[in-house]
Formats: sequence, structure tokens, C-alpha cells
Amino acid sequence: MTHEPVLLANVEKKDSHTLAVYEAGGGYRGLRRALKEMSPEDVVELVKQSGLRGRGGAGFPAGMKWSFLPEKHPGPIYFCVNADESEPGTFVNRVQMELDPHQVLEGTILSCYATRATTAYVYLRYEYPLCRRRMQAAIDECCAAGYLGSNILGSDFSLDVYIHVGAGAYVCGEETGLIESIEGRRAWPRIKPPFPAVEGLFRKPTVVHNVETLACVKHIVDRGAGWFRSMGTPPEPNNPRDPGSFGPKLFGLSGHVNRPGCYEAPLGISVGQLIEQFGGGVWKGRKAKAAVLGGLSTGVVATAEFDTPLDFAAPMRVGCPGLGTGGVVVLDETYSMVDFLHNSCRFFAHESCGQCTPCREGTYWALQMMERIKAGRGRLRDLDLLREIGESIGIMPGTTICGLADGAAWPIKTALSKFRDEFEEYIMRTNPNGYMETEPVEALVGV
Amino acid sequence: MPTVIIDNRELEIPAGRRLNGIEAARLAGVEIPHYCWHPGLSVAGSCRMCLVEVGTRDPKTGEIEMQPKLVPACNTIVADNMVLVTNSEKVARARAMVEEDLLLRHPIDCPICDKAGECLLQDYHFEYGQPERRADIRPFTSRRRDLGDVTLFVDRCVMCGRCVRFAREISGTSELMVTGRGARAEIEVVAGYPLNNKLSGNVVDLCPVGALGDKDFLYRQRVWYLRRHRGVCTGCSTGCSIWIEENQDRVWRIKPRENPLVNKWWICNDGRYDYPHVHDPRRLTQPTGRDGLAIDWTALPNELNRSLGEAGRLAAVLSPFLTVEEAYLLCKLIRGIDAEAPLAIGPVPEVGEDERFPGGFTIRAEKCPNRRGVEAVIAHFARRVATFDELLAELDQDAVQGVWVSGGYKHEWIGQATAARFERLKLLVVQDLFPSPLSERATYLLPGAAYPEREGSYVNCADRLQSVRRAIRPPAGVRTEGSLCWELLGRKGLYNARAALDEIAREMLYFSVAVEPAPEMGIDLKANLLAG
Repeated sequence: MTHEPVLLANVEKKDSHTLAVYEAGGGYRGLRRALKEMSPEDVVELVKQSGLRGRGGAGFPAGMKWSFLPEKHPGPIYFCVNADESEPGTFVNRVQMELDPHQVLEGTILSCYATRATTAYVYLRYEYPLCRRRMQAAIDECCAAGYLGSNILGSDFSLDVYIHVGAGAYVCGEETGLIESIEGRRAWPRIKPPFPAVEGLFRKPTVVHNVETLACVKHIVDRGAGWFRSMGTPPEPNNPRDPGSFGPKLFGLSGHVNRPGCYEAPLGISVGQLIEQFGGGVWKGRKAKAAVLGGLSTGVVATAEFDTPLDFAAPMRVGCPGLGTGGVVVLDETYSMVDFLHNSCRFFAHESCGQCTPCREGTYWALQMMERIKAGRGRLRDLDLLREIGESIGIMPGTTICGLADGAAWPIKTALSKFRDEFEEYIMRTNPNGYMETEPVEALVGV
Repeated sequence: MPTVIIDNRELEIPAGRRLNGIEAARLAGVEIPHYCWHPGLSVAGSCRMCLVEVGTRDPKTGEIEMQPKLVPACNTIVADNMVLVTNSEKVARARAMVEEDLLLRHPIDCPICDKAGECLLQDYHFEYGQPERRADIRPFTSRRRDLGDVTLFVDRCVMCGRCVRFAREISGTSELMVTGRGARAEIEVVAGYPLNNKLSGNVVDLCPVGALGDKDFLYRQRVWYLRRHRGVCTGCSTGCSIWIEENQDRVWRIKPRENPLVNKWWICNDGRYDYPHVHDPRRLTQPTGRDGLAIDWTALPNELNRSLGEAGRLAAVLSPFLTVEEAYLLCKLIRGIDAEAPLAIGPVPEVGEDERFPGGFTIRAEKCPNRRGVEAVIAHFARRVATFDELLAELDQDAVQGVWVSGGYKHEWIGQATAARFERLKLLVVQDLFPSPLSERATYLLPGAAYPEREGSYVNCADRLQSVRRAIRPPAGVRTEGSLCWELLGRKGLYNARAALDEIAREMLYFSVAVEPAPEMGIDLKANLLAG
């Protein structure tokens, strides 16, 4: 399977981040044509036809999201670009914003045109200073060239784009947390309803999209919905709720592989293919033990499941929630799953915003147990408790406001269901006298 | 009317009312536990204690389809054919989980916690929690933090955020915030900007657990020793509904009493901490004569009646702290002896201007509870409500020989110069709380009652009449104005405020709607005036 890179077509060029290079490669031609020939409704319809689904993790159909906006709203309608890429194992947005910021901007302008938004905020994570400089430079170039500002390219459409730099919190990537953060408040995700499309930023209708989704919009407008649908996995006939997974996708491949990096492939490529074809196999001649499927919060797949296609539906067949962000992290055979889960629990306990009780306390409790297990004082009973926590927190059971707790839960659930033997063996080996203990024991440290 | 099905019971929702799951369930007699939700604050939906199962019933087929997820009842506005299930195994498990989670890092120091006995964490754990502690034990900690007007016991906090929302939405002062993430999230103030506003005491009432401690009440009483009585705050003319909490005739705490028509769920600190004068050791507790010698209460009524009868032209000063009934009885007494006696309203204390808060709560400049009520009574007897200054002018002209002054002010209210103008009177009866320049000149100095000891009705600035029973007995030696006048008028039995109010309602148009047993929220006296 050969795939001509589209999203990454520019990144190898010298000065790929400048307007001149971008325009030389055909950039902003789609925007010119769309503003002249297409109405906003046409763009929405086109994106709907393409079957584009959000690349940020949840995979919600982008066109449908736009159609939730209230009709004939007097405005303003706000647009947010979610560039708070903080999912562990994920770095594709960074590549896009550093090496091809104009692609992201063109997608943003087109999407704002479609949604009639007049102000867009790029919510950028603090840890990406180069992205900030490059995106700002690109915005400035666009303003000078008439791609941004009032009456873009002589049309009625006006748009301002601002960069808002966050302070480095994972929860700011949740769309309502992001909105709260832009408003200048603590990023506590809002309870829904109302959804952002009805009442979002500054209590106005708001659309929030991931960077990569917007880059796809640009190419859909350039090349048409048919081109987009020529790649990927069609809907599963037995599942009426599966709209299919179409288009190219960026995968961030990292961990124990020979050639880690950001790669583009059509949706539906399998984990194994990605590792072999792009990553050059597992490093040091070792075998893989497991891989994080698409960012830490999607959990892990075992080697036996490496034929799982990376699309929006297939990961559910191996006990994972979905594609996530496409950040694949490979773990080799020497790596302990106890370490993996400990690290995962530490991350989510640290990043839980502290609003909902089950997430705030559940992630903390899970970390306490993992610390104790790692230190050789684990009990078999802890594994059941961990599992119970994993199954009871999150928006899937309905016990939290946002999906952060689900993100914390999937690594626990998948690691324990797929590698339970390893955990049991570790606990029995390191705590031979106490692994059957059922009374509560002293915790190690406060977190 | 929309019909909601709550735990298999059908409930008709009053049309046009926007109720959430918790409120609707309450109408159906079903309790849905909750921490973060409060009817006076915005919905946070974060404690997750109110999770329920929600579904819809097809009105045609009657089939019920349930949502797979649990849903917070606080953020679910009930609609026609909505189904709420609060008693399922799934809901019970979710509640037990939240309870277990909340106790993970809680110090469980109930024996030394002020909130014990009225703590939602205790109540809900008993009701919905699981008996076994499965979490690892942590060392006991109970960190304290001074937030300004209140003390925060950091580790007891359940992060419901009510206090933070209160400071933002109701007092509008925004002193409180959350710092830290996840399990490290804590309530905090910015250094140098402590919680310091006139409504700050409410955050203690809002706190569902023992995290926020009232500095005034901390460690003074166990709450189960307190008995609470319905009262009306006498701090200003808003007339907030309050609970007066006492133990053996000692007031320990004032709390707001929910009254959507007056103060909603709040009271100001001025009213909340306005009880120390009740137990002030300087209070008058012994009737005395001009020579300063004690007079026995048993002989006093006859002596007073005789003196009043012999004095000549009488006048009365009616304090705006009197209840309507007391003012009525006093007017009746004085006018019964001298039908032309001028009746004046006592000085009406005004401080600054009305203070209105973003949440709608208003502290009035008029610092007395019943100017309207007393003036209405005077107007009935005398047609004209004389001001205090007008009465003083009459004194200067020696137009009156005997004056009855009712005081009841919590603070100094009359100076030497003014008091001196009462000098030439033949008879001066003063009933007051504290010694004053006027009391030194009294022929008869009678100790008066403080507001928790009074019984009767107050009319607030919006013409709302609220009736209260007494919360505590007056100190030995003190008789309330009501009971004294009752006896002086020769009425049978003990002072009966309700009977007096019935009489007033029959006699005066303004009070004519007050005939029914008074509802807790009070009666709008204007309603009658509009109708009439």
C-alpha cells in the first residue's frame, strides 16, 4: 500500500513554514476558489459528504458538529482550534504547526467560513514555543496578504485569528475546559448540556476542532469529498452507528522502534504495518510486548492484536475505546507493564482537574495502589480494586463531566485485562508474604 | 400538566415550573443526595452524588427507554414523560462509590469537628455509603487555613465549590478560588485579599461538610445540643427570616431560614453576629425607681397604672424595635388613660445607604425591623405619626407631663443633651435594654426584652408581616413589653401575641390579611391594600 503524503506534503521543503513556499505548492488556491464559488452551506455539505471525523480523539463527524450551530444566529460565532496537544505519545499537531502552519490556517479559514465564525482562537499549549512563533508569523503573513482580516480576498467574509497560549494543563484539551481557559478561568470542563455549539465561548455558539481536522478540511475543499472517501475503512454494515473512517491520518510513532516519527497513512493501516513499514521494526532486535494504540488514554493492545486496523471502529473490537489521537507507543518485551500502568496512573492523577469526585479521588487512589505495588507491597486484591476504579470512572458510566477519567480508566482496564498474569506474578514475587492480605495497609506517600 | 415518573410513581409537575431532578424528586418525597448543587447557586454538576438513571416514556405505547449512562439529577431539567430512577442497584453503587471516594483523604475527625451532627458527609455515608474501608490508610491530618472571615479545615473539604460560587455569584466579591489540580485541589484566597465581605458567613452554612468553620461559633457548642426557633432578624428593615439556635436560653448561633420572598437562603454578617447584646452583662434586669432603689415586679403594675393616671397629659415614644402587637398594646394603654396623648415613633437608626449585592440580597440603611408596623399602629390611634423631634419640641413647651419611652435599641441611642429635655417631666417611664442618659432620669426604669425574647410580628420594608414566637426566655427580672402592657391593660392570662394580632387585624385595614395563622414566609400586607 503506497500513500502519497498529503498532510505532510510540504514538511520536507526548505522554509516550509513560510507563505511563499506554501503558495508555491498550491496553498490558498482552495480558499480563493471556495470564497468565490462556494457558499458556506456548500462547504458544510462538502465536509459532510467527505465523512471527515474529528482527529482529536473522539472521532465525532465534523460536518455534523457544524450543523448543531443554531441557524440564523445573530452572532458572534466563535471558532477554537484545539492545539493543546498534550496526550502522551502524541505530537502530530506539533509537526503540522511547526512545519506547515499555513495548511492549518487555511483549514481554519475555510472552516470559519463554513460556520460563519468571525473570530478564531488557536489554543496552543505552553510547551510549543516554536509552534507559537511559526503560527504567529503565519497569521501575520496572512493578514498582510489579505487571507485574514476584514473582507478576505474581496469577499464579505472577515476573520481574525488569535493565538492563546495555555499554561500547560492536559484538561485544557477538553473542549469546554479549553473554552473556560480562553475566558481566563480555571480549566474546569463545563457540564453539558448546554453544548458548545449552543453556548460555548463567552456564552456564544462555538466550534472546537483539532488542528489535524482543519488540515483535512483544506484538502477536502482542494480535492473533493470523493478523494477523501477513497481512503480508509467503510462503515461496518452490522453497526448502524459507525459512519466509517475515511481519509489520511497522521500517526505519531514512538517508543521502542527504530525510526520514531510522524507518519501519514490512510486510516485502516494496522498497528503492525505501522511499526514495520514506517518504524522499521522494534528496536535492538527485540520483540514487541504491547503498544499504546492512539495516545495513552486509549489503552494498550498486546502483540497478538497488532493486526488491529487503526481506524475509528476497529480498536473497539480489542477492548480499546477508539483511535484516539493516533499516537502509537511501542513497548518492547523487556518493559514491565507494572511500570507502564504506574506511569499512566501518575500522569492522570497529576492531570485530573479536581472537579468531579470520582476522577479526582479515583485517579489518586489508583496511583496510590500502583505506587505500593511497584514498591513491592502489592496485594492481589488491589488488582480488583483497580479494575473497579477503571470501570466506574468516566463519562462512559456517566460519573464524570469530561472524558479525562475515561482516559485514565482505559490504560487500567486494558493493561489489567490483557496482562493480568504479569501483574499477579509481579505482586507474588515482590510481596511473597503479604500478597493475600485483605486488610487495608498503610499507604506509602501522599501524592 | 407535565408528568414525570420518579421511582415508578407518577408526579405531576406544576406547569411552567423549571425543576431539576432533585427538586422534582423532592416534590415526590424522594431524597436525592447532593453536595455541590444548591438552589441559590449555578449548577456545577461535579460532586456526582446526585447521579440517577434517566429515561423517557413513550406517551403512546407507554414503553420506557432508559439512557445507558448515569446522569446528574442537578443538571437534568425534568420534562413530560421523563423517567427518573433513584433506587436502582446502579444508582446505589454510584453513590457508595462517591462516598468512598470522598472519605479516601478525609481525616474523619468528627469528634473534634464542629459540623458533626449536621454534616452531609456523615448523613450520606450512613445512608448510602459502604461499611468497609477498602482504601489504604493515610496518616491523620487536619490542616487549617485562615481565609479571613472563616477558617478552612483543608482536609475536610469535598471540593463541592459552593463557597467559591457563592463569592462569585451572590456576594460578587470573588475572594475564594481553587488552587491545585486533582487530589491537590484546595480552596484558597489570594494572599492579602482574604474573604472579607458582609455576606461571608453564608459560606459556612453552604459548606456541606466541616471544611469551613465560623470563627464566631467554632468549638463553642455541639450542634445536637442546640434547639432552633424561627425568628426574624432585627438588624435592618429587610427583616430576614432566621433560625435562632439556643441552648438553655443562651443564643449560640443565628442562621438564615429559607424564605424565597425575603432573603432566599442568605443573611448578612451584621444580622448573623447580632446576638451578643442579648447576653450582655450590662443589660438592665431590675426595675428601679427614681431614687435608684429596686422595685418589686409584683407591686409595680398597680403603681404604674396609678402614676400614669395621675400624671396629666401623657405621651408615648414607640420604638421601631417593638413588635406590632407590643406597639398596639402600649398605644392602647396610653390612649386608654389619656385619649389625646401624642404618640411618637422612636428614633429610626439609619446608617449609610442600602447595600445591594449582585445576587439580589440587600442590606438596608434603616437599622430597625419594624418602623412600618409601629407607624401603622400609631397612625391608627393618633392619625398622625409624630416624630421623635416633634415630641421633644412638645416637651420643651411643657405640653406633656408624663412620657412612656420604649427603647430596645442595641446601641447607644440617646445623648445627654436630648435626655436632659425629659428633665422636667412629672413621670418618665423608660423600658430599655441598657442604661442610658435617659434611664438615669426615669421615674420608673423597666428592663426590656431583646429580640429573641420577644413574641409578635414585624413588618419589613416591603410590607411583609412575619410573626415569631420567642426563642429564649428573658433573663430573670426582665418582662417583655408585651406581657407588661398585657397586664397593665388588665387582660386575663398570659400575653398572647396571636390574640393581639387578631384584634389588630379586625381593627386596622392595613393588617386585615393577618387573620389566618401566619405562614412561615410571612404575609404581604400590600396584597390587601391593592384589593381594597
